[in-house]
Amino acid sequence: MKRLALFVPLVIFIGMGILFWIGLGKEDKSVLPSPLIGKAFPQFILNTVESGESTNHLPQEPVLVNVWATWCPTCKAEHQFLNKLAAEGISIVGINYKDDTFKAKQWLKAYGNPYLFNISDPDGQLGLELGVYGAPETFLVDSQGIIRAKHVGDLNADVWQKMAADFEAMK
Amino acid sequence: MTEWYGMVPEFGQLALIFALLVAVLQVVVPLVGVQTRREWLMAYARPLATAQAMFLLISLFILAYCFVVDDFSVAYVASNSNTQLPVPYKISAVWGAHEGSLLLWVTLLGCWGMAVSVFSKSLPLDMVARVLAIMGLVCVGFILFTLHTSNPFTRNLPSIPPEGADLNPLLQDFGLIVHPPTLYMGYVGLSVAFSFALAALMGGRLDAAWARWSRPWTTAAWIFLTIGIALGSWWAYYELGWGGWWFWDPVENASLMPWLVATALLHSLAVTEKRGLFKSWTVLLAIFAFSLSLLGTFLVRSGVLTSVHAFASDPDRGVFILALLGICIGGSLLMYALKAPTVSSVGRYEWVSRESFLLLNNLLLLVAAFAILLGTLYPLIIDFAGLGKISVGASWFNTMFVPISVVLAVVIGPGSMARWKADEIKRLGSSTVAAMIAAVVIGIATPLLVNGEMNWKVLLGMGVSVWLIAATLVDVWKKARGKLNRIPQLGLSYQGMVLAHIGVAVTIIGVTMVANYSQEKAARMAPGDVVMLDNYRFEFVDAGHIEGPNFISDAARFRVYDGDKEIALLTPEKRRYNASGQIMTEAAIDVTLLRDVYVSMGEALDNGAWGMRLQVKPFMRWVWLGAIFMAIGGLLAMADKRYRARVTRSRSAQEAAA
Amino acid sequence: MKPQRKKRLTLILFLVAGVGIAVGLLMYSLSQNINLFITPTQMADGEAPVGRTIRAGGLVVVGSVERDSESLGAKFKVTDGNAEVTIVYDGILPDLFREGQGIVAMGQLNTDGVFVASEVLAKHDENYMPPEVQDALEKAHVDGKQSLEAARY
Repeated sequence: MKRLALFVPLVIFIGMGILFWIGLGKEDKSVLPSPLIGKAFPQFILNTVESGESTNHLPQEPVLVNVWATWCPTCKAEHQFLNKLAAEGISIVGINYKDDTFKAKQWLKAYGNPYLFNISDPDGQLGLELGVYGAPETFLVDSQGIIRAKHVGDLNADVWQKMAADFEAMK
Repeated sequence: MTEWYGMVPEFGQLALIFALLVAVLQVVVPLVGVQTRREWLMAYARPLATAQAMFLLISLFILAYCFVVDDFSVAYVASNSNTQLPVPYKISAVWGAHEGSLLLWVTLLGCWGMAVSVFSKSLPLDMVARVLAIMGLVCVGFILFTLHTSNPFTRNLPSIPPEGADLNPLLQDFGLIVHPPTLYMGYVGLSVAFSFALAALMGGRLDAAWARWSRPWTTAAWIFLTIGIALGSWWAYYELGWGGWWFWDPVENASLMPWLVATALLHSLAVTEKRGLFKSWTVLLAIFAFSLSLLGTFLVRSGVLTSVHAFASDPDRGVFILALLGICIGGSLLMYALKAPTVSSVGRYEWVSRESFLLLNNLLLLVAAFAILLGTLYPLIIDFAGLGKISVGASWFNTMFVPISVVLAVVIGPGSMARWKADEIKRLGSSTVAAMIAAVVIGIATPLLVNGEMNWKVLLGMGVSVWLIAATLVDVWKKARGKLNRIPQLGLSYQGMVLAHIGVAVTIIGVTMVANYSQEKAARMAPGDVVMLDNYRFEFVDAGHIEGPNFISDAARFRVYDGDKEIALLTPEKRRYNASGQIMTEAAIDVTLLRDVYVSMGEALDNGAWGMRLQVKPFMRWVWLGAIFMAIGGLLAMADKRYRARVTRSRSAQEAAA
Repeated sequence: MKPQRKKRLTLILFLVAGVGIAVGLLMYSLSQNINLFITPTQMADGEAPVGRTIRAGGLVVVGSVERDSESLGAKFKVTDGNAEVTIVYDGILPDLFREGQGIVAMGQLNTDGVFVASEVLAKHDENYMPPEVQDALEKAHVDGKQSLEAARY
């Protein structure tokens, strides 16, 4: 009896551990698909960062749409990788999210511009429609303007390895 | 990159790898020595522990060096520092985020190991070998975790950012330079009590000697925890800009739980040392205390308590840390289950005795810790179960914690007065009559003197505090047999206990007064406006700009008058940090022992007006002053000479001490 | 030995009963003290209890913030991309309160469907989105109610 009682803390702990394990397994965000996948890219009329002219469409080709901002440290971290992708001939469109256009221009001058063009989204309207909850986020959009995949967080070689297949499939 | 100095971060990583190897040796060699009874192998434990600490320190210093020289090729430096950052903050940025704070954590663990190896001359060699081997094992786990999932030396190659992202402005503050290392010292220090307990289980030597060795180490860790928690509360008070000093948020709860259990452990160790009782219970508490500090550091830092998403976004780290916690806590509980029956407590005590009081103390502290654990994990459990998003409000924690503290404060006095084995209610009663009268009188008088209105919360808070102080002093008086000059002879351990208990009362007084008599006003104010609060007149003189090294701020100047007398010129600020664009509120506070006058800026409104938060908080300093008393009390107790004596039974001269 | 054992048994029973009562009380008071998080969609659907303290949150709708010119009072709308709820608050808004930012407010829903906040929280990190808000946004999308026009300004 007394011996068994000594196991009580261990059993409680194991029970808690199992609870945690189940809980964590359930909430696997990396496989949680964005509800927007398979849907059309939202409509927008916004200015570009570069020329300040109004634009309302993405290019008619498979593109990466990258949501970024100068206030976002992770965006800085992923920027070099975007430059590399651009150099490999991959089309990237930027959404400059809740940011200052002047700062954005400076940033592009300082770190290089991997984007075909940047859509300026100072109020975060487009971001809201895309369900963005924090920069950086990256979407794969095909030539018909359908969203095919989404990644939350910085884009790096590991992530790209997984996304590249989706990207190839869109061509 | 071919120059040697370009390789500095790699040296840091190398040092960390060496530390890992040494830690592995520190586990294997002494344990083999213990198994085969070879003293020369056991003797390796001490030098290995020292070597491991040295390698870890080198590693930590190299990371600090990378911060100081702005080596943005190191990813961790680039995301947590900036060339504009003042040097002290560059150093504190070392533990500003996950990777670095983990390195700090293991380094401190190594340092505690080294301290044990230095200050364990009076211990039997096999005990030292076991203790250091267990500490080494914990170290192995966490160095592996650091290297595998959270390496702070990872490079940002090939392209090096010209500028870093800056340290979170919230962390750019003196309080946050010292708070995390202090708290970590406390968390990690509990690993010593944990290792002692496990070593005693392994060796089957749960005796009074073990408790006596373990006590000063537990006290040391407890002191760091006490100061760390107080610093955290103080920092939140002046830096978060709204004058709260305790929020019951998961991070704070995570530091309070190990503190409560460590406090219970200290008292239970006293029983084990003096009377040879509660042995198995004491071991369990030591395991709990360290487990809760692991839970605190890691589950909180990983963010799992605030959001399950934090874990899922980096499953690698999550699985590793869960496995590590599982092995550490589960393993020690398993060892407890298997080994604890071999030790049995002998000795009796009556219902009214110091043992019973200390048992009650332990229960109350554990129930408090459990309530906090429940409140902290409950939202998580509900979330897991898919029942929705909830939060447990501060009011719940208050309704749980306050009554427990009150009962605890009531029993401290008679508890520290009671005799071991058996005592009489009558004796305790007759020696505390005066204290009781003082408690009732001051308890009733305080609210009436403050504003003429009866307030039972204040009555209760002041009553139990006065009761605690008075009963403690009565006990001092009796033990000194009515002679002031005998007090110094009562022993440091006893004096430390007295001071720590008075500290508890001081904190309760502070909390009672602040919670019940604080006055606050949020007002729209333009320069020239005057607002009255309590007896104080706040005059908003003018607003201007201040340029800091890495921020620009809007600042306001306030003159504060008490009646007609000007008592302070306060300059609250609203800072905007250049690199991140984040905004921080810097409160301005005028401090005396009896009250704080607090001004912070809210938002800029139109026409030069600002939202201003004005507060008068009576006895605010007492909350932290009590913690300082407790910490000094702990220091005194640690300095007691019986801990430095060779293995001898405690003498009756210190019998009085708890 | 006998009385000793009896005493120990009493002690254990006492402990078990005490712990049981404590846990029961804890759980009961916990169920009374939790603050449910209610999304704007749930409020629009009338799922929110009126007059009970709850938490609400979402993105502050751009252009919706109105301030009183005399006091600190503020009125604004939050959205989860699907429905909106009006929040009134009399006090100092947090540093990071701004349009488009995710916030969580603690307060009560009144009979007019206006949320009267006693506290407004926004975290000190622009990248940070309160997890509940993030969840609410995702849910609003998952529900397939893509009528974002409703959330427009």
